[in-house]
Amino acid sequence: MIFNFTDYDQLLPLITNSLIAGALLAVMGGLIGVFVNTRDMSFAVHGISELSFAGASIALLAGMDVVLGSILGSLIAAGIIGVMGAKARERNSIVAVLMPAGLGFGILAISLYQGQAVNKFGLLTGQIVSVDNPQLLWLAAISVVIVTTLLLVWRPLTFASLDPEVAAARGVPIRGLSILFMLLLGLAVAASVQVVGALLVLSLLVTPAAAALRITKIPALVAVFSVSFALIAVLGGILLAVGAGLPISPYVTTISFAIYGICRLVELRRK
Amino acid sequence: MTAGTVAKKPLLEVIDAEISFGQKTLWSGLNLRVNPEEFIAVIGANGSGKTSLLKAILGQEPLTRGEILLHGAPVLKGSSRVGYIPQHRATDSGTPMRARDLLRMGLDGHRFGFPLPNARIRRRVEHVLNCIDGHDLADKPVGTLSGGQLQRFRVGQAVISSPDLILADEPLSALDLQQQQAVANLLDEERREHRAAVLFVTHDVNPILGMVDRVLYLANGKFRIGTPDEVLRSEVLSELYGTQVDVLRNQGRIVVVGTHDHDHHPDEEWS
Repeated sequence: MIFNFTDYDQLLPLITNSLIAGALLAVMGGLIGVFVNTRDMSFAVHGISELSFAGASIALLAGMDVVLGSILGSLIAAGIIGVMGAKARERNSIVAVLMPAGLGFGILAISLYQGQAVNKFGLLTGQIVSVDNPQLLWLAAISVVIVTTLLLVWRPLTFASLDPEVAAARGVPIRGLSILFMLLLGLAVAASVQVVGALLVLSLLVTPAAAALRITKIPALVAVFSVSFALIAVLGGILLAVGAGLPISPYVTTISFAIYGICRLVELRRK
Repeated sequence: MTAGTVAKKPLLEVIDAEISFGQKTLWSGLNLRVNPEEFIAVIGANGSGKTSLLKAILGQEPLTRGEILLHGAPVLKGSSRVGYIPQHRATDSGTPMRARDLLRMGLDGHRFGFPLPNARIRRRVEHVLNCIDGHDLADKPVGTLSGGQLQRFRVGQAVISSPDLILADEPLSALDLQQQQAVANLLDEERREHRAAVLFVTHDVNPILGMVDRVLYLANGKFRIGTPDEVLRSEVLSELYGTQVDVLRNQGRIVVVGTHDHDHHPDEEWS
């Protein structure tokens, strides 16, 4: 059953945590997605998410905190891509090398894991709707840190992303901002993996902003649309998934994809 | 200090400067005093160190020897007293930036925070839009502007912070002759309006011949400084290059023949 809304009023209180976590993630994903798109980092996000999955799986196997493992995996991947992949072409090949390696490690660790884990493959494809409190705290903290930092460096990061030559001439620390951005991206991916799963992180960190960029070129509106689209996808996805008792990721990705499709159509009609 | 002594002080002083990369010396013993509101063309072959001179003045490229003073103090990275106009590059059509956003970034793109609406900044942008006759294009995405249109906004972006010195790095390349003249004339008007000196790197002096006060000609690690009539002469350039070079004047245009600087464009007119 894909939709089933009997007893929905009794289910809702149980998913308050998920909704809060989802909203925070959506704001974070919508904002950082703007820069993922303008800095041509979409594929890198995918690479980071596979290493995040590996980190989480190894942590699960070793009996450590899964979120911590996924953060470590993310940051290592973001660091490698940031240091070695300054140019887009080099970056793509590095990501393509890291991705299967991460996925392989992760699958190995999960296969070796003997414990009873509902979320064994949840790390890949997204959790069934349940985010427990310690996890929620992690997600909330990461989201707040990322959103705050992004808003603080919004102007120079935009300048550096869109007009690097003149930005450098005006004294914007291009290299420092690039490293900071990779750090934020690593954290954002680790947080997103907890909810939508490693394979579907792109739908949260890339698709909403990509959709927004189709319908406006006004910088502030891009951010507003991107966050709105992410909120619709995540909250809508959670609310629909609750009825079915299925992972939320297919719902999030489908809504996200539908919004992108609509934005494409809007763009076409304008021309 | 009286107003009289201020007027006599040079704006920019390059003192006994040298840039070397390992064995290769780009130039050494370079002395240049730029007076307020002076227009100086920096001419020379590819690899003669024109761009490195600009980068050194921007504080991005350390000198091997000597020093560069702006208003009597060593140059710093990102001074708002210096405007910068880069070479024309086609902007990706998806870039989320309107022409007016490009202007604004020249004013506050390096500052922290989110770019909130601001009356003072808005007035400044409107003023520059008046100057560059850019109101019709202000709300267009930069990716849809022609080369000449974009370079007009580049001039606006450079003057919006009311700099004392404008550094332009081949701003006319990739433009057709008509656009070259239009952008050069605009830059000349703007620097008079804003009372700024200009250091204009180019390989073709013709579009700016009518506005140039002095020429800095770099070749083979050596250089000559003087008015166009003093420097752009067969005997001067022959001595600089150490080979027979002919400077031809034809209908107000200058053609330099025999430098082999442009072997890849053997029939291109240049100076």
